[in-house]
Amino acid sequence: MASRLMALWDWFDARMPSVAEEFRKHMAEYYAPKNFNFWYFFGALSILLLAIQIVSGIFLTMNYKPDANLAFGSVEYIMRDVPGGWLIRYIHSTGGSAFFAVIYLHMFRGLLYGSYKQPRELIWIFGVLIYLTLMAEAFLGYLLPWGQMSYWGAQVIVNLFAVIPFIGPDLALWIRGDYVVGDATLNRFFALHVIAVPLVLLGLVAAHILALHDVGSNNPDGIEIKKMKGPDGHPLDGIPFHPYYTVKDIAGAVLFMMVFCAIMFFVPEMGGYFLEYNNFIPADPLKTPAHIAPLWYFTPFYSILRAVPPMFNSQFPGVALFGLSTMILFLLPWLDRSPVKSIRYRGVLFKSAVATFVITFLVLGYLGTEPVTVWGQFGAWLGYADVATVAARVFTLLYFAFFILMPWYTAIDKTKPVPERVTM
Amino acid sequence: MSEKKIDNTRRNLIVATTAVAGLAGTGVAIPFAWSWWPSERAKAAGGPVEADISTLAPGELQVVEWRGKPVWIMRRTKEMLEGVRKSDDKVTDPKSEVAAQPDYAKNENRSIKPEFLVLVGICSHLGCSPQQKTSDAKAEMGADWAGGFLCACHGSKFDLAGRVYKGAPAPINLEVPPHTYLSDTRLLIGEDKKEA
Amino acid sequence: MKKFLAALAFLPLAAAVSTHASEAGYRLDHAPIDSTDLLSLQAGARTFVNYCLNCHGAQYMRYNRLTDLGLTESQIRDNLILTDAKVGDTMKVALTLKDGKAMFGAAPPDLSVIGRSRSADWLYTYLRTFYRDPKSPTGWNNAAFPLVAMPHALWSLQGERGLVVVAGKNHGPAEYRWSQISAGTQSTVQYDTTVRDLVNFLVYVGEPAANDRKRIGIVVLFALLILFVFAYLLKKEYWKDVK
Repeated sequence: MASRLMALWDWFDARMPSVAEEFRKHMAEYYAPKNFNFWYFFGALSILLLAIQIVSGIFLTMNYKPDANLAFGSVEYIMRDVPGGWLIRYIHSTGGSAFFAVIYLHMFRGLLYGSYKQPRELIWIFGVLIYLTLMAEAFLGYLLPWGQMSYWGAQVIVNLFAVIPFIGPDLALWIRGDYVVGDATLNRFFALHVIAVPLVLLGLVAAHILALHDVGSNNPDGIEIKKMKGPDGHPLDGIPFHPYYTVKDIAGAVLFMMVFCAIMFFVPEMGGYFLEYNNFIPADPLKTPAHIAPLWYFTPFYSILRAVPPMFNSQFPGVALFGLSTMILFLLPWLDRSPVKSIRYRGVLFKSAVATFVITFLVLGYLGTEPVTVWGQFGAWLGYADVATVAARVFTLLYFAFFILMPWYTAIDKTKPVPERVTM
Repeated sequence: MSEKKIDNTRRNLIVATTAVAGLAGTGVAIPFAWSWWPSERAKAAGGPVEADISTLAPGELQVVEWRGKPVWIMRRTKEMLEGVRKSDDKVTDPKSEVAAQPDYAKNENRSIKPEFLVLVGICSHLGCSPQQKTSDAKAEMGADWAGGFLCACHGSKFDLAGRVYKGAPAPINLEVPPHTYLSDTRLLIGEDKKEA
Repeated sequence: MKKFLAALAFLPLAAAVSTHASEAGYRLDHAPIDSTDLLSLQAGARTFVNYCLNCHGAQYMRYNRLTDLGLTESQIRDNLILTDAKVGDTMKVALTLKDGKAMFGAAPPDLSVIGRSRSADWLYTYLRTFYRDPKSPTGWNNAAFPLVAMPHALWSLQGERGLVVVAGKNHGPAEYRWSQISAGTQSTVQYDTTVRDLVNFLVYVGEPAANDRKRIGIVVLFALLILFVFAYLLKKEYWKDVK
């Protein structure tokens, strides 16, 4: 049996040697630093989630109807009448939120260990492109259940385009294909969500990984392991990705799936954060829900959007800042002037900046899920302004300060000497 | 690195992990594969259909739809039943040995009551729906034709018990669907008689 | 780092326990429902088909799904189908949207997923806080959902009640003074049970697969745990080489 299989493999390998070659290049002979820690699980987990979303998504399209009159009912049909349909739908809905959780942790890892710094700028750029594409994918997909939050969320986001000077209103009309979000919008969002954007996403992921494997992985010490090579020509601090990191990532993936399944099977709505309560009401173009908020992974940016007051009779500044808050991520490799990569060898300035940034991001995220009245109002001395709005403005400034001041505080920050070899 | 040496612990662990992961993978595949079975809506739409046969005249054919397929209910006259007897030696499977009918219809007339024939009107060859050819169609069907059905697609002939004639492309007799009499005039198609 | 993770994990939980009042600020009562209590679900189903299904449909819910509640198809046909619907049909309602709008000013919403858009607590409170209000077109009003278009469908059970709202001092919570105008056929305790059963049923209808989901979840988590043990041992086995 075993020898038969080997013979079959030899037959295959003689005719298509590139399979084994690519496996060696990217797995068995890809040398990764041996000191990867907890934070290095999230790259592999994002790939896992991409696969989960694609498979569950394909099966959802088998019963979903992208039609304004049928969409809401077809989702309930999946939840009730299709055998096992509820599970497939929950896999996809939980997977969407989990994807963002994992991507945020993956990005934060990059920030901690300076993985975006030279020579990995291109990896970071592809990564930010993946993140932006994923946001588009999530936004498009969120319209499909055709509930109240789907409808009004799409309405608000599409209207953001309408505030762009000169071309805005026509652009919004063109995106919707109707005077309001309607059947035409739903149908095109469906096409983009199930085919167009996933194709872009797959291409970007391939580029992200190829770019990574060309320069090699960073590590928690921020040391270039390729500088110290052994007599066999392999980095002294490197180990083959396969089998070492495949077995480690498999263990990590199983652990992650336990968390994933615990949420999916026991709290699939996650208290209204993964599946919003109002989205169980069919879309009604005549009635906006009392409180609308995007899903949790968009709320930090939504807070920034809400924080900016209209200027010159236009909402454009808010929308511009909203766009800028994501675009600024592209500049990170050039804003960081520190001579070291990892936070382990950076000074107190960078560490405090990162800590402030984390708090800023979480507070903005929280405020985005709540109405602006959540923290009450100030007294007359501040004109009875909403506390939450003022807070959102302060934290918006802090958000941008993290990036804009980065060239300054990373340059003057006192760094520690970086060792030559990685520490375990 | 010890990849070249035979390492039993490692090999056993690989086998064990692969086995458990394989089981888990199968478990994941189950809901996806399972979702392809008919949904509750399809099952409700494919549920049994009631037919009123009180107005069916002798010799007449009534068509009802069950699971998207035509079901023929034919009230056979005495002459028609005699015709069926005569075709015994012309059909492939005169005794209905092939299970194309429920056990309660496995008899010489392929029906619960001799008079009433209930058939799924789909040719057992490639799924066309045959047409009725009465005994008047002798010019077309042959001088000894005692009435029956002809599948226009590939020329399979069936007698008035849905039995296929020898030499026809259709391999087996027409299917008798599960059915039961709710009363003398009401027929339920799609459900066997419940064991009381 | 660990603290940050912990904070991230608890963030949704902290926010999840926030809403405890209706939009009108009426304090919601806790609904003592139990998705495994089949008798309560069956009682709720009876109340639902008798009192709700005249105006509200549950157009995504099939009658024969109620076999989940320990009923046979013939029991469902005989006791719960009050229309000419077949047992495989969904719980549609004869009242059209247009008629409903004409009768109540607002179309009665479909109740298939009401248990998911409104919380159990909200439904439980709402169905118990109707009161007589001569100013409203139907003669009824509701403390949890002021100016609701629906009249009190269960009034013959609960009887008629009156309400006086006294504004709280210094922006404090308002005080609600209830009075019984006429008695219904049920005592307060009986009525609370009726509503509890109905809400239990509505929550079940919102997600009929919920009990299956939890049952399967336990098996899946257990299987993953076993897989994790092997995956972890395998990882350790390989990594003992890495110095």
